[in-house]
Amino acid sequence: MMKFQFESLTELMAMSGHGPYVWACYGITLVALLYLVISPLRRRKLLFEQLKRQQRIAAHERAGQNTVENQES
Amino acid sequence: MGWQWFHRLGSPRWFYEKTDAWIPWLAVVSFALLAVGAIWGLAFAPADMKQGNSYRIIYIHVPAAFLSLAGYYIMAISGAIGLIWKMKLADMVMKCAAPIGAVFTFISLVTGAIWGKPTWGTWWVWDARITSMLVLLFLYLGVIALQQAYQHQDTANKASAILALVGTVNIPIIYKSVDWWYTLHQPATIKFTSESTIHPSMLYPLLTMVIGFYCFYALVLLISTRTEVLEREKKTRWVNELAAAKAAGGKV
Amino acid sequence: MTRGEIPMGSAGGVTDNVPSIGAGFMATLRRDLLIAVRHRGELANPLMFFLMVITMVPLGISPEAAVLSALAPGMIWVVALLATLLSLDSLFRSDFEDGALEQLLMSPQPLYFQVLAKVFVHWLITGVPLTLMAPVLGVMLSLPSAGYWPLILSLLIGTATLSLIGAIGAALTVALRKGGLLLSLIIMPLYVPVLIFGASGVRSAIEGFPYLGTMAVLGAFLALAIVLAPLAAAGALRISING
Repeated sequence: MMKFQFESLTELMAMSGHGPYVWACYGITLVALLYLVISPLRRRKLLFEQLKRQQRIAAHERAGQNTVENQES
Repeated sequence: MGWQWFHRLGSPRWFYEKTDAWIPWLAVVSFALLAVGAIWGLAFAPADMKQGNSYRIIYIHVPAAFLSLAGYYIMAISGAIGLIWKMKLADMVMKCAAPIGAVFTFISLVTGAIWGKPTWGTWWVWDARITSMLVLLFLYLGVIALQQAYQHQDTANKASAILALVGTVNIPIIYKSVDWWYTLHQPATIKFTSESTIHPSMLYPLLTMVIGFYCFYALVLLISTRTEVLEREKKTRWVNELAAAKAAGGKV
Repeated sequence: MTRGEIPMGSAGGVTDNVPSIGAGFMATLRRDLLIAVRHRGELANPLMFFLMVITMVPLGISPEAAVLSALAPGMIWVVALLATLLSLDSLFRSDFEDGALEQLLMSPQPLYFQVLAKVFVHWLITGVPLTLMAPVLGVMLSLPSAGYWPLILSLLIGTATLSLIGAIGAALTVALRKGGLLLSLIIMPLYVPVLIFGASGVRSAIEGFPYLGTMAVLGAFLALAIVLAPLAAAGALRISING
């Protein structure tokens, strides 16, 4: 039952003339599915970077305030 | 005790930490199933008697069509849960399910159109299934547009949940009407598939792909909802600690 | 504002000074009709839209009677649908802006019947005139004579369903400043079944087939919409107002 249906790889690509249609479908689907995985992961990465930046700024401000307080005392 | 898990679902943080371990498993299973199904369908399943090799598009067209419909119901049901039990997490699932479902609908439309070219000799035919699929895409786009129109997140969720529920009532009516309309105007010439006669050697790779698509859908919905949780809770301490841990090179 | 003079839900107190459902329904009905009559000028707008778009058809396609008569049932139905859609944005808009909608929500009357009354008035002032005008446009598009009664009947039932379904969209978008186009986007897909059965009923009558079956289906849609649409619209109104 599990028999390779084509004589060669080039025939697999050609699919007796229907190759462009079949491969275009699989290609478009692959791109769309990859987009579905990557876009939320990218959003998460951006969020983490934004939070990190905010934390750094907050730490800076805290450090700045501390030195000011130290000088005053 | 039996209901505890249900109430816990109300806590986005609990959800985020709990599902952390599921992601790799789901990813491995869905990618394996999709790879096996695609190779099986492309290279090992026998060619169709009438349509030759172009029928191999079925292995993505049909699963995508299944999921675009199932995705709408998943979206509407989580919207209903959000409306009834005021559960934040369900709202987030609904918001994330809308674009994912729209992408699957888009896939099934595009593959259907490309399939039409060698089968009917034209890119677009007002076939009953393709037309219903197009209307389904419009329904998805409506929910997304309504979701984005509101400034206030909570109102956006409630409003789009209502629209999704109205759509759910309508979908069977739309499908039946379009079917009826199609038989009225042109009696069925070539059907894409006649499920009853499909040979097992073609059916098994199709089933593999369908299960693979479902797993992939679950994976993507999970990843997307987790990101939504983080974005919604970005002012809380646990998310900031998570970001700090990530900065220190820890695994998230 | 003139509408302040019209008392809401003032007719026929039954118990505890709360008017019965029927009285509340009638009060909202009378109030909305009165407002519509005072703003007579706006009533003609959907009709003018209907007429103008139909005029564009021969200009854009062909003045030949054979072509037009083939297009007529579908064209009239599509344009009637669009005219209804365009008029829907104002269904709750002015009430939202002057605060009358909030009072409606707080009133002891069930919101379902209040919405039903408002939608009924909307149908009376847009659906019914569109239906009455359709035969004239049928003449302009050389609709075959067998098609007139089915056209009137299908539009009469169909526009009521369109108003009911559209009320959901109007309620969902009433709080948005630019709700008009969005309203069309979210509601149009839901109009597909009504359009299919309305237009094909007229077509099958022209081709000499029985058409009462499709009218019965339209009636079934209407019954379903009467039961469900005001419920959804009432829920949507609560969300739009209270957030």
